[in-house]
Amino acid sequence: MKLQKILATDCGSTTTKAILIERIEGEYRLAHRGEAPTTVEAPYEDVTRGVLNAVMEIEELSGRKIIENDQILTTVNGDTGVDLYISTSSAGGGLQMMVAGVVKSMSGESAERAALGAGSIVMDIIASNDGRLAHEKIKRIRDLRPDMILISGGIDGGTISHVVELAEILSAANPKPRLGQNYKLPVIYAGNNKAQDQIKNTLGDMVDLDIVDNIRPVLERENLEPSRDKIHDLFMEHVMQQAPGYKKLMSWTDAPIMPTPGAVGSLIEMIAEKESISVVGVDIGGATTDIFSVFQGKFNRTVSANLGMSYSICNVLAEAGLDNVLRWVPFDIDRKELTNRIGNKMIRPTTVPQSMEELFIEQAIAREALRLSFKQHKDFAVGLKGIQKERTISDAFDQSTSGETLVNMMDLDLLVGSGGVLSHAPRREQSAKMLIDSFMPEGITQLAVDSIFMMPQLGVLAGIDKQDLKDEAKSAALEVFHNDCLIRLGTCINPIGKAKKGDLLLTAQITIDNQKTENIKLYKDDFLRIEAPYKEINIKLNPEKNMDIGAGPNQEINTIIYGGTVGLIFDGRSRPIDIPLDSEKRLQSLKKWSEAINEYPKYNI
Amino acid sequence: MAHSYTPGLKVLHHSKVSKDRRLPIRGEVFKTKGDTVKANEIVARTNLPGNVHMLKVANLLSISPADINDVLKIKIGDEVSKGDLIAENSGIFGFFKSDVKSPLDGTIESVSDVTGQIAIRDKPIPVEIDAYVAGTVKDVISEEGVIIQADAAFIQGIFGIGGESRGDLHMLVSNRNEEILTENLNQSHKGKIIVGGSFLSLEAYKKAIELKVSGIIVGGFNYFDLKEILGYSLGVAITGTETLGTSLIVTEGYGKIKMSKRTFELLNIHNGKFVSINGATQIRAGVIRPEIVIPLEKEELSNIDKSGNGQLGIREGSQVRIIRAPYFGKIGIVQSLPTELQKMESETMVRVAEVKIDNKSYIIPRSNLEMLEID
Repeated sequence: MKLQKILATDCGSTTTKAILIERIEGEYRLAHRGEAPTTVEAPYEDVTRGVLNAVMEIEELSGRKIIENDQILTTVNGDTGVDLYISTSSAGGGLQMMVAGVVKSMSGESAERAALGAGSIVMDIIASNDGRLAHEKIKRIRDLRPDMILISGGIDGGTISHVVELAEILSAANPKPRLGQNYKLPVIYAGNNKAQDQIKNTLGDMVDLDIVDNIRPVLERENLEPSRDKIHDLFMEHVMQQAPGYKKLMSWTDAPIMPTPGAVGSLIEMIAEKESISVVGVDIGGATTDIFSVFQGKFNRTVSANLGMSYSICNVLAEAGLDNVLRWVPFDIDRKELTNRIGNKMIRPTTVPQSMEELFIEQAIAREALRLSFKQHKDFAVGLKGIQKERTISDAFDQSTSGETLVNMMDLDLLVGSGGVLSHAPRREQSAKMLIDSFMPEGITQLAVDSIFMMPQLGVLAGIDKQDLKDEAKSAALEVFHNDCLIRLGTCINPIGKAKKGDLLLTAQITIDNQKTENIKLYKDDFLRIEAPYKEINIKLNPEKNMDIGAGPNQEINTIIYGGTVGLIFDGRSRPIDIPLDSEKRLQSLKKWSEAINEYPKYNI
Repeated sequence: MAHSYTPGLKVLHHSKVSKDRRLPIRGEVFKTKGDTVKANEIVARTNLPGNVHMLKVANLLSISPADINDVLKIKIGDEVSKGDLIAENSGIFGFFKSDVKSPLDGTIESVSDVTGQIAIRDKPIPVEIDAYVAGTVKDVISEEGVIIQADAAFIQGIFGIGGESRGDLHMLVSNRNEEILTENLNQSHKGKIIVGGSFLSLEAYKKAIELKVSGIIVGGFNYFDLKEILGYSLGVAITGTETLGTSLIVTEGYGKIKMSKRTFELLNIHNGKFVSINGATQIRAGVIRPEIVIPLEKEELSNIDKSGNGQLGIREGSQVRIIRAPYFGKIGIVQSLPTELQKMESETMVRVAEVKIDNKSYIIPRSNLEMLEID
């Protein structure tokens, strides 16, 4: 079935965003967008009010009638209605879960991965070996009041006492759900199948228990799907039912409402699979930073709950340290003055940088928030721990163990940034520079930003299950993703290897449109930008001795890359980036790198 | 006329303040609808269930968990005291007996023959709540608490630490530009809520805590110094549970910023009165700001000037405060609210307001303005 008009909304904690996708000349395109404040809190306490307000903006812009009697018209009739209406939600703080596992680094981590992958915030991991006494765990469960709990532990057929002990702790805590007193707390059991009866006996009627397949049936394999799907079902059945107005909203949508990060994750997973590439996506918000990645076909998501640009801006300062923030600020500032300015942004989170100095400070903090979030992500996105690896004689000197990070920057093909500080930076050059400075891509990496953060809506569109709509919805999501959602910034090229100041790292020959050929020489600590549009560009890269651009040390690469609004960026800085400690030299370096990319042309650093 | 909705902090000469005083779990409520209460009066009480301790009986006696019921000397629901016999195995021919004794006073909550452990619950913890503000019981929430209503002057701060506190209001400075100096604090301030002008230094705050001052209301404080007071860097502005003894309410922001004229004058009118303050702050969706509640007597109500406009958003003529550098803390009057987006020095495109400060006109992003919500 061909879809002509698709309406999608994302109900965030503060803003509800609506987009209208239309089929124009055989292609799906973003036609209009609207937004309005979210209305889950008093005095409205009905999420649909905000949805209708956002859709009314679209009505005004498109001249199309979509609402009638405070309802979305989901049948197209001339100039009225839409074919499909879908929505995501993170209002009311999103989905907040606790997970439990027997061994923290094994079943505990698998449970955490399942919960994060489903789009939830993991408030705590309770494990038999987490070092806390039973009564401390009980108090913690009672105090946190999660929306849902996932218990895992033990391989199928293994010992049952440890996982039953976890259930006993949960039973003693007798936790109450955060929203609404009239329903039982949903608990998912995804552990040893032999313990299912004892778990039922222990938790009894106290909670709403659901049993799914073991998350770790054998040590060598993780089975996250059943738990992830159950989390989505229960999110709809229980948690969403309690949020004001959601029952009504659910009756309007043509597909289940998904938690916002869950939808973004499924879109990124789909793109990585479809194009056979490695992807990292980041969404930096006011309170949290979400990172999604697909490496070696494995999807991972992390939420850095207290790394953000407004509500938790001071936590970035606390975790990164003042010196790490200051190293990116291209002017001298008194330390007390800087901390007071950052503190004032925390207590008045909606303000915007008016002066250049304020912009510098904000972007300096963003670099550190992104760097720290990505570090947390790398530590989390690992192979399974606790499994035996077969070793050959060639591994004899390799000290690697199980549980190594999957994130290999040399393998990364596409880095996508979103969130206010990246999507709405006054210049795209600033977004590109922030992404490079904080993620430090290696080899050849394409950079992009999400123009208006519509990945959540596209994610839920791509994941529609209805048989007759499935394929069309998926292609609509992909077409809009490529045409309108992503703003291609360009490609970053960074050779890796040991080099001294003044060393030549790489020579490159660029051919655009089979005509214009340019030769580039990249020296250590250089930062160069070549303006080039988003189109196929032939490039021949010759790394010097000991330098690697992706094919191994000193190995030439002939490939096709893409430019973008910023173009091609040749980064000769080391990894991690070496910023001089001496104040004058530091300012000189920052100035050189900034001018190379035309980051702040109106300001003389 | 153009207007913009930017919520500001409340500085009200008179407001009907309503406070929910609820127990964390069900309990006993002592007041009935219409009762008059004082701030320190207890209105409800309950007993929180004690903490649960797990005792690994099977492990301690080296028996199989399935055999636990054969060795137990107690049953579910029994009350036990520290040292009471919980379980004993029979040993071999009556010799080599071993036993398990209760490590605490409490009640047996559960016994598991899967893990071989028992759960003992501590004695209940009594919890009482008081009225917090002097007023009238507007409603009773059965077995949970009461809603107190009071006619009061009501002021919100921008940020605070420490929870609820009460005391006589004492103006420590005579103008809103003055700092609270260490040498101005003395024993007579014990139990009082003191008011300063532009700044509280770390040393002065430390001295106030030492003197057991109940609370401090001041224009500015250094973010840097919070770490020294709290013992950790404050990453996210969620406060109220700190046990400092001296709650702090900052009315303007971090740094040295003189208290707004209206706030200072309103506090000055009520100098010497018994007031309630709460430093609890939560800056996230569903924001909570610190507050100062000054109950009013009946005769005071008729004298209040209620000619204020009670407007909701920023309009031409509104009095606003700038809440971000480079003009942070300055107060001015909105002259116009142009509809077109304008480019700032940072090249950010924003909606702006033209604000007159000391007879000079400035273009400021609207989201960097805060309206003083006044009556």
